[in-house]
Amino acid sequence: MSALLPSLPPTAVAAVGADMFAAAVDAQAVPVERVAWAPPMDGTTDDLATVAADPLRRDANALAVSRMLDVQAMLVGVAPASELLGLEKGQFLHAGPPIEWSRASGPMRGALMGAAAFEGLVEDPEDAAALFAAGSSVSLDPCHHHGAVGPMAGVVSPSMWMFVLEDPATGRRTFCSLNEGLGKVLRYGAYSPDVLTRLRWMRDVLGPLLGEAVAAAGPIDATAILGQMLQMGDEAHNRNRAGTLMLLRDLAPSLVRSSRSSEEVAEAFAFIGGNDHFFLNVAMPACKLALDAGRDIPGSTMVVAMARNGTDFGIQVSGTGDQWFTGPAQLADGLFLGDYGPDDANPDIGDSAITETAGIGGFAMAAAPAIVRFVGGTVPDALATSRRMREITIGENDRWPIPVLDFAGAATGIDVSAVCRTGILPQINTGMAGKVAGVGQVGAGLVTPPASIFPAALAELARRTCARAQH
Amino acid sequence: MTVEHVEIRPGAYADSVALLQVSRDVAATPGVAAAQVAMATELNLEVLAGMGFDVPAASANDMVVALRLDDENALSAALAAVDAALAAVRKGSSGGGQVTVPPRTTASALRRSGGGLALVSVPGASALVEAMDALDAGCDVMVFSDNVPVEQELALKRIARDRGLLVMGPDCGTAVVGGLGLGFANAVTPGNVGIVAASGTGCQQVLALLDAAGVGVAAALGVGGRDLSSAIGGISTMTALARLDADPSVDHVLVVSKPPAPEVATAVEKYAAGLSTPVRFALLGAGQPDLTTQVEALLGDLGVAVPEWPSWGTPASSAGGSALRGLFVGGTLCDEAMLLAAATLGDVRSNIPLSPELALDSSLLAPGHLMIDFGDDGLTRGRAHPMIDPTLRLEHLAKVAADPDTAVILLDVVLGHGAEDDPAAGLAPAVRAARAAREVPVVVACVGTSADQQGLARQAEALAAAGAEVHLSNAAATRRAVALVTGGAR
Repeated sequence: MSALLPSLPPTAVAAVGADMFAAAVDAQAVPVERVAWAPPMDGTTDDLATVAADPLRRDANALAVSRMLDVQAMLVGVAPASELLGLEKGQFLHAGPPIEWSRASGPMRGALMGAAAFEGLVEDPEDAAALFAAGSSVSLDPCHHHGAVGPMAGVVSPSMWMFVLEDPATGRRTFCSLNEGLGKVLRYGAYSPDVLTRLRWMRDVLGPLLGEAVAAAGPIDATAILGQMLQMGDEAHNRNRAGTLMLLRDLAPSLVRSSRSSEEVAEAFAFIGGNDHFFLNVAMPACKLALDAGRDIPGSTMVVAMARNGTDFGIQVSGTGDQWFTGPAQLADGLFLGDYGPDDANPDIGDSAITETAGIGGFAMAAAPAIVRFVGGTVPDALATSRRMREITIGENDRWPIPVLDFAGAATGIDVSAVCRTGILPQINTGMAGKVAGVGQVGAGLVTPPASIFPAALAELARRTCARAQH
Repeated sequence: MTVEHVEIRPGAYADSVALLQVSRDVAATPGVAAAQVAMATELNLEVLAGMGFDVPAASANDMVVALRLDDENALSAALAAVDAALAAVRKGSSGGGQVTVPPRTTASALRRSGGGLALVSVPGASALVEAMDALDAGCDVMVFSDNVPVEQELALKRIARDRGLLVMGPDCGTAVVGGLGLGFANAVTPGNVGIVAASGTGCQQVLALLDAAGVGVAAALGVGGRDLSSAIGGISTMTALARLDADPSVDHVLVVSKPPAPEVATAVEKYAAGLSTPVRFALLGAGQPDLTTQVEALLGDLGVAVPEWPSWGTPASSAGGSALRGLFVGGTLCDEAMLLAAATLGDVRSNIPLSPELALDSSLLAPGHLMIDFGDDGLTRGRAHPMIDPTLRLEHLAKVAADPDTAVILLDVVLGHGAEDDPAAGLAPAVRAARAAREVPVVVACVGTSADQQGLARQAEALAAAGAEVHLSNAAATRRAVALVTGGAR
């Protein structure tokens, strides 16, 4: 860049700190943008300085964001988890950071019990509790450790069919189970006979049918659909109506031409069309595919995953490898279904916060005014939230513009340092699971991560910065 | 019997200067004997303990409201005054229904302003983080904050150098960029002189003298008091020199600083010699010419005749006593006065002494010659800089005036952006009061330009009318004060 001439006044001044200096600039008729500064989160001052002075940081963050934004997530297939991930009987994946049965929440246990019955490990889901408590014949592992994500409990077992998303430039893939709909469903911890019946239909009819249709329709550009969704009132976490219908539109000819009976095709149409969240399970692995491209860049302070298991909320950060920084999952603040109330809700659960990590969901709340009341907010709140999230992100995603914000790109690439500096926590739109196994969904609302995990991640970034400086 | 009220307000925040204003407003409420509203930093907790308040455990992110009241009945009015004063300083904070959000980081503010210059005055421990936002955005930055660790200053300046950017500071009080005064700066006319200054009030003295000589200034770039130390190596000084050299409207450059570390002086002088614009060094230290003399030399370079430096008032005459008492708001002005006075009078005690054995204790009183810098960090804990809040110096003025040993009182007044709106309004009555019992001579260095908002002539005349002898040149004022002590008439 060319150096500024000192004999010319600056075009503008950004002032942070005591207001008298900003006021003096104002009085001299030079535009001044005042920072509403407040001290950083407790105990982070020194680590913030260490990380800010890291010579790798700026370029590492720019690289993390550009790699993430370069990813084109293409839906390329639908197949069973056993084939895609090599899952074997007794192996279960779950949402969030690692957790053992003894610390698992009600909905996580309910989903695992239902999945055990679905896989035929037990007849009655209730009998599965002893199986998981013993642990000898079953194993638990986070979805995130297998390139996968799962909403709510996020339980994946070998015979469940999964969407496959692929980045054509690198061939990298991510995976997510098929969405079961709302209400009493496995991912919310329900395991009643009708839940298991639906899972079997998805295994026997819906999965194979979608597999055939996706193969015939060819790769479907999920990243582009996500951009369209934001123009159509979806934020791709709690509202996926437009995305679901666009996917259905793209698959419809191939579904109709499939080898399945017209009755089965009609069932599939009715099921997908009647499930406004169907596209969530495509949006999530598309987000993960993009974020995984930003992983493992030394010096980068970008969050690459936010995930909850119903007990712990965990984040992973580009510059700190696979390490999880965890704290207690919080209770969402929102509205409840029927007679349910706050006492019935389980703490925050699910890998679906990958959407917020990628800049949509709660971050793009301004794009989805139709659902602001569903999560207990107002339209002005939604606009302010999307703008506030830009205060804690490294960049914006020009492929995902938000019309009402004058087509500003979705705030993208959560910066651990910015969170610690501002105390602004990522805003997540979420469903609420009942805290008792078997209940299912009890409401939806807004939630944030536990504040403590960001200073913890920052401390590790600072430690690594110092270690690099000494070598 | 007084009662105390101490409350912690978690999560409430306002900047320290705003809170000092709040504290002052609340303390002025009837029924309030003392008030301190402050963030619960370690430093402020010490101040509160020093005021005799018993403060419960709190973090630096909590606000403490500490009140000492004449009686219980004053509490509700006092708390209302706290809320009103806090509301007054919190203009534009977002509330319900707001759809916009204020920028929370310098990075965000620079995105919104489309670049420009960043001005950082947050507490020193957070200054690097905000300043780095500016460097990341490709912008120059002025860091007013003090107490920035030297290794952080070095890290910041190294990155700035690599990116061709300028860091003015930390602890940079004064800059003028294209006529825009930043921090404590004077209103100058455009001209062909560029200044690089490691000293804020030293720079202001130069601006004032050049203005009086009719010479305009293209820019005055502050670099922070430590820039020419061995630790920093003059990084910002060299960047500032390069910037001024590249600017076609700059024909002469003056570097104002305390003497640099020898190896840094060599490097900077070598660097300056390679530039196409002539660079003159005005270094302030023992055995060096004073700033006024240095400015006169620069005027010689420019081919401008040295004017008679302005002064106001009747020449003071001696009224007994043997000690010179200097009370300063400008650190460099205090330094310069000490150097000049010590050459004739010998030892001068100070809170910023020329040598350690001359250090004053916290009473700031001692027999013999004294010079106090009220702007020093040690005296600005828990209160604003004396250019903004003159209370402490005015109190001390009364004390030294009452001391029969005081032969002369030497003061400085610094005008310009950031300084009090009307310093003479407080100082002139204090000078009059000081001279009421005994007509002790008061000599004032009034540093300002004709275009300064306070009005140089108006300020100087008000002080002269109160009985002071006023000079634009600090060196001239000091020489007069020394002459009066040694008994010499004018």
